[in-house]
Amino acid sequence: MPLPPLTLLWVVPALPLAGFVVNGALALAAPGAKRAVSLVGVGVLVLAFAAAALAVLELAQLHPSAPLVVGYWDWLPVGDLQVAFALQLDQLSAVMILVVTGVGALIHVFSAGYMHDDPGYARYFAYLNLFVFFMLTLVLGASFPVMFVGWEGVGLCSYLLIGFWFTEQINADAGKKAFIVNRIGDFGFLVAMLLIFWYTGSLDFGTVFPKAATTFGAGGPVITAITLFLFLGCTGKSAQIPLYIWLPDAMQGPTPVSALIHAATMVTAGVYLVVRCGALFVLSPVGSATVAGVGALTALFAATIALKQWDIKRVLAYSTVSQLGYMFLGVGTGAYAAGIFHLTTHAFFKALLFLGSGSVIHAMHRAYHATHAHEDAQDMRNMGGLARYMPWTATLMWIATLAIAGIPPLAGFFSKDEILGAAFAQGAGRPVWYVFWGMGLAAALLTAFYMTRLMLYTFHGRNRTGDREREQLHEAPPLMTAPLVVLGILTVLGGALNIPPLFGGGARLAHWLAPVTAAALAPTAEASPATEWALVAAAVLVAALGIVGAFRLLKPETLAPARLAPPERGLGRLLWKKWYVDELYDAILVRPVLWLSREVLWKVVDMRLVDGLLVNGTAAASRALGWVGSRLQTGEVGVYVVLFVVGVLAVVGAVVR
Amino acid sequence: MLLGPALAVSGVLFAVGVLGVLLRRNAIVIFMCVELMLNAANLAFVAFAQQLGVAGQIFVFFVMAVAAAEAAVGLAIILAVYRHRQTVDLQNINLLKG
Amino acid sequence: MDGTLVIFWAFAALAVMSALACITRRSAVASALWLVVTLFSLAALFVLLDAQFIAVLQVLVYAGAIMVLFLFVIMLLNLGRAGPTDLKGPLGLGVGVLLAGLLLVQLLVLRQASPVAGGPARPALEQGMIPSVARPLFTAYLVPFEITSVLLLAAIVGAVVLAKRKL
Repeated sequence: MPLPPLTLLWVVPALPLAGFVVNGALALAAPGAKRAVSLVGVGVLVLAFAAAALAVLELAQLHPSAPLVVGYWDWLPVGDLQVAFALQLDQLSAVMILVVTGVGALIHVFSAGYMHDDPGYARYFAYLNLFVFFMLTLVLGASFPVMFVGWEGVGLCSYLLIGFWFTEQINADAGKKAFIVNRIGDFGFLVAMLLIFWYTGSLDFGTVFPKAATTFGAGGPVITAITLFLFLGCTGKSAQIPLYIWLPDAMQGPTPVSALIHAATMVTAGVYLVVRCGALFVLSPVGSATVAGVGALTALFAATIALKQWDIKRVLAYSTVSQLGYMFLGVGTGAYAAGIFHLTTHAFFKALLFLGSGSVIHAMHRAYHATHAHEDAQDMRNMGGLARYMPWTATLMWIATLAIAGIPPLAGFFSKDEILGAAFAQGAGRPVWYVFWGMGLAAALLTAFYMTRLMLYTFHGRNRTGDREREQLHEAPPLMTAPLVVLGILTVLGGALNIPPLFGGGARLAHWLAPVTAAALAPTAEASPATEWALVAAAVLVAALGIVGAFRLLKPETLAPARLAPPERGLGRLLWKKWYVDELYDAILVRPVLWLSREVLWKVVDMRLVDGLLVNGTAAASRALGWVGSRLQTGEVGVYVVLFVVGVLAVVGAVVR
Repeated sequence: MLLGPALAVSGVLFAVGVLGVLLRRNAIVIFMCVELMLNAANLAFVAFAQQLGVAGQIFVFFVMAVAAAEAAVGLAIILAVYRHRQTVDLQNINLLKG
Repeated sequence: MDGTLVIFWAFAALAVMSALACITRRSAVASALWLVVTLFSLAALFVLLDAQFIAVLQVLVYAGAIMVLFLFVIMLLNLGRAGPTDLKGPLGLGVGVLLAGLLLVQLLVLRQASPVAGGPARPALEQGMIPSVARPLFTAYLVPFEITSVLLLAAIVGAVVLAKRKL
């Protein structure tokens, strides 16, 4: 019986939602039922992946040139604003849902091992499932409001999961910081939505994007404003300058959360948004250039900070910020396929890196727990030589490190190279793009360096953990190692998705995404093959330089355990302290707002105006009126008669008028 | 033809009655002033009746009947009050004070 | 018609004067008697306004019964003597005069507004006579007539109950 295409698309997000409901109920009623939670929590993700794969297959057979929209119900029929709850599947969403459910499923499996001893096990999976539901809504939404539901929802789940161990103040604070900073970005998103509705009269993707070219003057102030506000939302959600500050703090959450949300999926929502709204960004060169410029700057900036971080997760966090910068550089040039390609490959190797670090941290925790020590299990200065004890993890993380550095033929090489090539090609028309390319190249050098540094300090050299703890160190259980292996394979083979013509490949991903990216900016000049080979060579050279440089310049044997380490000095201190950005924001923004809230809004407005004048004042006025009224109750008939006559005068007076 | 002057007289008498009610303290005298007001109204009715038909005079008839009933009951009340308070001075009768 | 007007103004003046006298006497009996004079003048005015039956009723019922009742009660309560003035003090005086004055002004303004309908210059001669008053009373206004009798009964009962020493 032939159904209209993709009628069952709703199953894909509905499965994780059902998982949330069941796990949530279990969390409240039977938190100890860990087997049931594992089965449901992991099971719905695996099923969702299967459903997503089926949907994508169906899409592939249909070869549509426009997204297939499935409407479910009228959500907001308000006069001119008609918003339906509708999902759409096109080639872009297809890539996204496969990444989200696929990598998500692997991380769920890992979590079953990692979080096994945690008392909040059921709550964890409930939140994780809810997150996947919202992320799928985000990428499957057929209109801005539906997408915004997902956008906000993932922000909520991020808050819930970062602050998962909320009994510690620092974790709760990190969750709050993430949510509040995201809200600033969301404000930008909302303003952009309002502008779009104002000018086009609709918020559906299927209506806005075809109309965009005719409604907005190319390069005009309106479309530039819209794209800049949209990008503000992206800087919040995808942690770019100036709103990246929440992502390093988000490492307070459980490591699988960092892997899923803050590496593979949620933070990529901004990139997805830019590609989805390609029709808008194409019309505003200023907007696109801003995207690329901020991306390039962020890539370089975050890489510098990662050079001097000691917490293994912080290094990876800044690495994520930096790689997201690459993605934005890519989509800013109009090379949308390259940006999405890097998004996909990054999901593979970054998830692998995070999960690997999770294994490491798991082992370190175990060791310290057994000896009742109170050292920091995440500080690299307490690690060293772990390859001896965790060979699988070490090998797989080396694969990921090479990938992120951009060594061929691993996945990261092809995607990063394509982005840099696109940026360079833009430079022929506008020289500023050469600067962006330069920043990207410098960031590549630093990336290779700090990732090698991470591997050196963690897995090689002398072990600094301590003699008694050393006996407790061992490899992670198979439940946790198996997903790492799968991700490792994907990292190695992922490059095959989009091998560019230069290398004789078919650029399959680019072709797959062609219907979506058709309106992309064309490079102002096609770079000649010679230039392209030169760029490739430069990229590989830079990567190799970084790795070798790290091996030569870094001396892990001089490191002391964290407790005994000397404080940083000079430039090192500046980098370690993240260029004092957090302190800067605190002084410029946070303190004034706090002062305003306390001195003005609380003491003056709330206490004096609202409490004093309005509340107590009304009471006092009532009492006064009552007193006046009571004066009238003399009980003397004579007075009453006088009042009577006054009333009569009033009535007659009204008639006379 | 006599309507205008008659209405003027009626108004003046009414105002005099109101003045009396406001000025006097003796309950019975106040009551008499109320009767004066009623009569002023009667005069107005009769004056209009001359122009507009006999209905006005019918009205006066009923007003008188009601005034009689009211006078009876009102004076009975004053008697009852006098028995309690030994006075009909309005300033001393403030049982309504709340 | 001049004569009528002269007589009218004469009795009108009498009515107003005696009304003023009524409200200013110290003795309650004096007030009552001045009120009787006012009622008589009003009766005369009624005659001039072609309401002869009503005029007679005025004398019989109002002056003859109601005022007599008043005088009985005054005597019963021994209020006849001229006691100390029971006019209110200067504040009360001022307020009273002010309010009454305002009321007078308003009434006079209203008087200007009321249309003095053109109707026949002199209505039928028998308008004020008994048949022309009685006929509507027993036809169109029968129900109020009957209810009035019930009202009078209620008033009687009420007055008796209120005035008894012991129920």
